[in-house]
Amino acid sequence: MTPAAATMLLGDVHAGDRVADLAYDVTATTIVLGALAARDWRPMHHDYDFAVHRNGTQNIFMNTPNQAAWFERYVTDWTGPTGRLGRMKFRMLGSVYPGDRMVFSASVESVTTDAVGCGWAHLLVTLAVEGETKTHCSVAVALPTSRDDNPWDRRGEHWLP
Amino acid sequence: MSDQTPADAALPAAVADLIGRVQYETLGDFPVEQGYIATSCASVENGNPLFWDPKVASALTNGPIAPPTMISVWFRPHHWAPGRTEEALPLQVHFDLKAAFDLPEAVMTDNTIVFHDPVRPGDVLTTRQILRSVSGPKTTKLGTGRFWVIDVEYLNQHDALVGVETYTGFGYRRDAS
Repeated sequence: MTPAAATMLLGDVHAGDRVADLAYDVTATTIVLGALAARDWRPMHHDYDFAVHRNGTQNIFMNTPNQAAWFERYVTDWTGPTGRLGRMKFRMLGSVYPGDRMVFSASVESVTTDAVGCGWAHLLVTLAVEGETKTHCSVAVALPTSRDDNPWDRRGEHWLP
Repeated sequence: MSDQTPADAALPAAVADLIGRVQYETLGDFPVEQGYIATSCASVENGNPLFWDPKVASALTNGPIAPPTMISVWFRPHHWAPGRTEEALPLQVHFDLKAAFDLPEAVMTDNTIVFHDPVRPGDVLTTRQILRSVSGPKTTKLGTGRFWVIDVEYLNQHDALVGVETYTGFGYRRDAS
């Protein structure tokens, strides 16, 4: 299909570009809803006493799959629906707790076209609380190279994430 | 973690033998479903029209798909099921390692996800777990334990690869203070 006129194209993106920040105030509901949406029933994501007295953390904390969902939301808010995630790698340096104000920020590290003609934007995304990085995440997201290109059409040997 | 060694000489043979071996090949308990997709999007306020507007999904992806990062959702067992006598755990290799090394606590430190074919409502996924490495004993601010790396591969009912997740876990015992 032909993407809409407003679709972000690979040629619109350049190394060094900044993605607008996303700030979000985390509550206990954010943590618990995120864990249950990910079908993660482990008590450190909903049980304060367990998190503090068994895990030794300061509160319940955001689980890994929910962090991934936040990173996806942040990146595709930027690309629009034609952006297709290919690879995501993240490292958690600290936990995100109720009461934290998460701030997502990102910059474009590079823009490439692979051997099968798929265009990629490589982003470095940071999740920080009060200026302290809690998680950093490398993301490769495929973008249309032209108005006739749709990364979602790629399969098999034509999709090399 | 950079200090992991795939064949650490100090590893018990029973653990070393598991490195590279496919374990726990499992068919999902239930098909991928639209309601959970909406719940996940709501949890992070993801308004991507691919997941909310059937017309956009039809035009871009030939029908509805799940957010790629939901891939692990579809193999997590129910919290309870009739007749089940033992707790069902996702990422069983992780819990096996906690038991093997008698490490009561654990956290995940790194996660890499590679996304392949889209996952669609109605799909039933198969997963399999592969232990890639186990470190020697390490001490962090959490306690003393070991790091390990586990791959989880996901395939759909057509045997097409839909994703590979690589987890780094740290199993530990809190240091006495």
